[in-house]
Amino acid sequence: MAKLEYDKTGRLLFTKQMKDEYTILMPMMAPIHFNMLKNVFTHYGYKAVLLETNGPEIAQVGLKYVHNDTCYPALLVIGQFIHALQSGKYDVHSTALMITQTGGGCRASNYIHLLRKALKKAGFEFVPVISLNLSGLEKNSGFTLTIPLVRRLAAGLVYGDALMLLRNQIQPYEVNKGEAQRLVDKWVTELSKEFANGKGYAAKTIDENLDKIACSFTEIKVNRIPKVKVGVVGEIYVKYAALGNNDLERFLAEQGCEVNLPGIMGFMLFKVDNRLEDIKLYGGSKLKFKIVEALMNYLTGLETSLIAATKKYGFLPPSSYQHTKSLVKNVIGYGSKMGEGWLLTAEMLELTETGYGNIVCTQPFGCLPNHINGKGMIRRIKSVDDRANIVAIDYDPGAPRVNQENRIKLMLAVAKENLNKEIEEQKAKEQEKADTKQKKQKTATKK
Amino acid sequence: MKIGLDIGSTTIKCVVLDNNNKFIYSTYERHYSQITQKMGEILKYIRLNIKGADKACVAISGSAGMGVAESCGLDFIQEVYATRVAVNTFLPGTDVVIELGGEDAKILFLSGGMEVRMNGTCAGGTGAFIDQMASLLNVDIEQFNALATQHEKTYTIASRCGVFAKTDIQPLLNQGARKSDIAQSIFAAVVNQTVAGLAQGREIEGNVVYLGGPLTFMSQLRKQFDHILDTKGTCPENSLYYVAAGAALCADNTIDFKEVINKVTKYTGSGNFAFNKPLFKDKKEYEEFVSRHSRANVKGKDMNGYKGKAYIGIDAGSTTVKGVVLSENKEMLFSKYLSNSGNPVPIIKEFLNEVYKIAPDIEIVGSAVTGYGEEIIRNAFCIDHGIVETVAHFTAAKDFMPDVEFIIDIGGQDIKCFKIHNGAIDNIFLNEACSSGCGSFLQTFANALGYSIEEFASKGLFAQHPVDLGSRCTVFMNSSVKQAQKDGATIEDISAGLSLSVVKNALYKVIRTSGPDELGKKIVVQGGTFLNNAVLRAFETEMGTPVVRPVISGLMGAYGAALYAMGKGGEKSTILNAKQLDDFKHVIKVTNCGLCQNNCRLTVNTFADGRKFIAGNRCERPITKKSPDKSLNIYDYKLQLLQSYEPKEGTRGKIGLPMGLNMYEMLPFWHTFLTNLGFEVITSGISDKKVYALGNKTIPSDTICFPAKLVHGHVQKLIDMGVETIFYPCMSYNFDEGLGDNHYNCPVVAYYPEVIGANMNSVSKITLIKDYVGIHRPKDFPKKVFEILKKHYPDITLKEVRSASELAYKEYEAHIARIRAKGDEIIKKAEEENKPIFVLSGRPYHVDPEINHGIDRMISGFGVAIVSEDSVSNRVEKFSTTVLNQWTYHSRLYAAAKYIAGRKDMNLVQLVSFGCGVDAITTDEVRDILESEGKIYTQIKIDEITNLGAVKIRIRSLLAAIGEEK
Repeated sequence: MAKLEYDKTGRLLFTKQMKDEYTILMPMMAPIHFNMLKNVFTHYGYKAVLLETNGPEIAQVGLKYVHNDTCYPALLVIGQFIHALQSGKYDVHSTALMITQTGGGCRASNYIHLLRKALKKAGFEFVPVISLNLSGLEKNSGFTLTIPLVRRLAAGLVYGDALMLLRNQIQPYEVNKGEAQRLVDKWVTELSKEFANGKGYAAKTIDENLDKIACSFTEIKVNRIPKVKVGVVGEIYVKYAALGNNDLERFLAEQGCEVNLPGIMGFMLFKVDNRLEDIKLYGGSKLKFKIVEALMNYLTGLETSLIAATKKYGFLPPSSYQHTKSLVKNVIGYGSKMGEGWLLTAEMLELTETGYGNIVCTQPFGCLPNHINGKGMIRRIKSVDDRANIVAIDYDPGAPRVNQENRIKLMLAVAKENLNKEIEEQKAKEQEKADTKQKKQKTATKK
Repeated sequence: MKIGLDIGSTTIKCVVLDNNNKFIYSTYERHYSQITQKMGEILKYIRLNIKGADKACVAISGSAGMGVAESCGLDFIQEVYATRVAVNTFLPGTDVVIELGGEDAKILFLSGGMEVRMNGTCAGGTGAFIDQMASLLNVDIEQFNALATQHEKTYTIASRCGVFAKTDIQPLLNQGARKSDIAQSIFAAVVNQTVAGLAQGREIEGNVVYLGGPLTFMSQLRKQFDHILDTKGTCPENSLYYVAAGAALCADNTIDFKEVINKVTKYTGSGNFAFNKPLFKDKKEYEEFVSRHSRANVKGKDMNGYKGKAYIGIDAGSTTVKGVVLSENKEMLFSKYLSNSGNPVPIIKEFLNEVYKIAPDIEIVGSAVTGYGEEIIRNAFCIDHGIVETVAHFTAAKDFMPDVEFIIDIGGQDIKCFKIHNGAIDNIFLNEACSSGCGSFLQTFANALGYSIEEFASKGLFAQHPVDLGSRCTVFMNSSVKQAQKDGATIEDISAGLSLSVVKNALYKVIRTSGPDELGKKIVVQGGTFLNNAVLRAFETEMGTPVVRPVISGLMGAYGAALYAMGKGGEKSTILNAKQLDDFKHVIKVTNCGLCQNNCRLTVNTFADGRKFIAGNRCERPITKKSPDKSLNIYDYKLQLLQSYEPKEGTRGKIGLPMGLNMYEMLPFWHTFLTNLGFEVITSGISDKKVYALGNKTIPSDTICFPAKLVHGHVQKLIDMGVETIFYPCMSYNFDEGLGDNHYNCPVVAYYPEVIGANMNSVSKITLIKDYVGIHRPKDFPKKVFEILKKHYPDITLKEVRSASELAYKEYEAHIARIRAKGDEIIKKAEEENKPIFVLSGRPYHVDPEINHGIDRMISGFGVAIVSEDSVSNRVEKFSTTVLNQWTYHSRLYAAAKYIAGRKDMNLVQLVSFGCGVDAITTDEVRDILESEGKIYTQIKIDEITNLGAVKIRIRSLLAAIGEEK
């Protein structure tokens, strides 16, 4: 059995020996992406388990151990962990937890500390917590982010984005229900196998794989009837996690919508870019700027591959990060970086621009950055692009689903009206075309 | 023919239209949550009585209609959308629709860019809220409206959510304010809330139409809307039926009437709701439980003809008034539990009359009063002692369990819990204004569902599937209950579920406990709410331990007061005797103080012998006519410091600084910087209600903190003053004071200028400089800020900026040094005079009297010296915290907590603005730091709210606990 070791500040460490003996639990967020990440960790020798639990008891456990005014994602993530530890499914003395840590000015940087407080309250203070971050916070001898590992994780996110995008564009129209999801599952397994063999994450292979993936989705039989197109943006956890947003994607699908969730790559690029913006705005080391720029370029390269592959097969590609960024140039400053920052505003403009102007802007109740970048900018967005039809929805353990769905339905009612108008206009145009064609033919025959 | 049904939270409306869209039939009925039954009745009636109805198209709308529509295969039309369709059909040319429903408020902008707004999940307080308020005043809706027409004054009542407003109204009632004025004030609050919450910067102008129940039935409410919006809105014929009519207009599917009626009446909901274990396994378990609790009783004695010594205890609570008479042997001679329908004075008079009538020869030797109405009752009837509730309850609980470790009291309006440590009150938890879902909450639900509270509670005892409703505030709970009903929960399940949620709310939200180990095993529960066996059982189950609930649970405050009076001894009570009581008279006059800018609204109570009692005041000034001693109050000093920065005429003209959020600390910096660049620096001054009103229509997020909301008003004030350039930069980072791991501002402080720029129309007519600046890098700062200013002032030079920057940094340092020096001075003086010192901690902007509501003055009125967190934070070295210590303002909190932990004469009181997400993290940490050193943590949540009653309880309890209450 691994001995419990602590650092100077009293933080329980994840040791090398634990790496062999311990199971690492990961909270669920975006299922496709997180499954990819889990598989990457597995092939690096970690016994990673992605928690697939859901249900109201998770929020209840969260409420019991976390300050009730803390944001909903913290309640859920911590609730999911402690619920798992209490379930009896895992040997709690050989289980560790993994959580991301961003280090920004938002409350989210404190999740890990809230988790530790909660563990103590629940009598699990012997369970080590691993911080997953790129800022060099909290080192552990049993868990190191090496460059090859980071590259695999980045590749995992790109594949995740591609699969999510393709599925979302195909699924609402597929003739044989379930085909798109099956294809996603197939690729997740396949790509993870490649990773295990040390393949699949070199720039060239990523290009080739993305091409194959996009191509494979064109083989699914579809029936392109017009549907209401809805974009979903928001605080990253409630945006992606079904547990956090009352299964929003499924609800929208049931309402007959096509859903567009901007990918995680944009968020990664944003977080890296913030370091450059900081230096531009306030001054700082030129050397640091160069290093961060190199990382930025690497990620941009991956993004370019993703755009190229999806575009090639006729899918709507994600807008490039730089383009999305340019959309908010006179709307909000690039210094607004906490939480999802200006990117949230930019994604709403991007969605509107690409035909997904019906938007659900999701946030945990009382989310501070979203007071600014979400709700605070909706008015501005509408003045820039009046096609935007945005509804802001708050999520928290007490917010009843029926109220949320009612508000979304209001947005959808307006969206449907607009869609019908479009269809009518389209028909009228076609009719006009046909008429003129007929006329021409008539005059031609007369002649 | 078309039929539309509107199923709302409290009513069902149904409309039948003919083919020319003329109303053939309409009905409006309360459904008491028996939705499907009512709906079936209505449809049957229509089918039998309206010719051709069989072939009509049908659609359903309304917030409670979604589930029914789905399962019966009927079309569902979103209700706001339905309203729009109806208005476009019946009232073309309408610009804005304002519709209030049972629990919803909506504004529709129809012309010039269609927009629809609905209240967010946190903004309760519409129809149901007015109903609730009317029942608080003991009148029906019609009388309520009539009352409002007779008003003379309007009080400010928090317009954020119903629960807040209620806490504002209760003390007004207790202070003797007139019902008519309160009714009008409630209307004003509803209007303010609707306009501030939903308009979000868009002007409400043109043809305005009022729809929905409350606006149809209450003319005074419409008048108030007209008044605030400066318009003349119309309330059309059929104003109740627009949603239903809209649904009818959208209906295009004919249905098989018979089948739908069949389906509707058979509809039972999905049965899918989360539930808990039943409260009792069986009848036997229940009986054991009842017999165990009946043992905690007091001895009684008949008062009829009693001649001996006696003690009177009174608890003038928020919703009920309790009185007890004890013999000198602690026998209960007489007790009374009365509901407080507004003014407690006549109720107590009645109580005393009764006592004197039953026992004319009783010899009252001591009396004490506690509760919200303590002061007025004490003054009115010359009661010997006034004590704070916590002390009264502790005294009573000790009588039942001398070694009690934890006491929880759930009353009508509030929850009070405290830990007992070494025989003294140690840790106090009071519910914040947002979660006061206590006794009156259960009562309201019971009444809404058509039961008395007793009936309702007993229904829950043997519920099979108590609904899991979570632990949130009343407004959320309303909707959760609706949802559960929709899903097929029975009244029994809901009753038990509500009892559980009251308990969970108390345990997890107010006390923040995770189990009994933290609270101790010796628990006494009391308060009227625990007389409800379902609540008591839920508490024991949730805690996993049996507790003591005295049979006189609802009278414990009064019992404690009587025991307190007994403990104080004495020969004769000063309480009014039978004769004096006969002559008793009570006249109430409402006036404004006007002695300082708080301009408190005073209620002057005059009694028969000419004695006066003034209520509503924050300080002693209106009573003593002397201004309070400010020398030991650093909040006052800080405010003065800021007011000393005055405009100096300059060559570059005027520039405005809005006095909001971090400007409360940055003013010395920016004022010096800009003055030295040749600007005449104009500030928007200290906040008041008018400033808030100037900007509240442009706030985009109704759940943001009040300090942020105030900024809108300050910016508008500057614009109204004719300032053409406003300087309000974004700042991700603050100064690094070396206390934490980073030095951020919170997201709201950092980026609020962006919100101002994007949401205030008036800003587009001026120049708003809101660029990002980094004061944390003094070396880079001049060059970067020079680039920003150059865009607007091409003639500005880097040299000028450099020298101005240097002076600005110096002035900032000098400012902070002045605050610290004052802190030292106050501490020294307090030490000499042997006074207790409170570190009143918060953020720099909590110095704003409109934000702190004069709490600093109230505390200093108790003879306490006040310093602030930033005046002591430099007295400790950096230390490690269990949370990420990354915000400059918050690092000071931790440092202040660490510092006072080692000082006997110091205590910390933390001001927390409602909605501050960051404080969800800081409060727990500050508490941990204090408690690890055996200190008491006191938190005060503040908002737009002005009720200081709860704050006073907290402060007095803290003073009592540290042995300073006089």
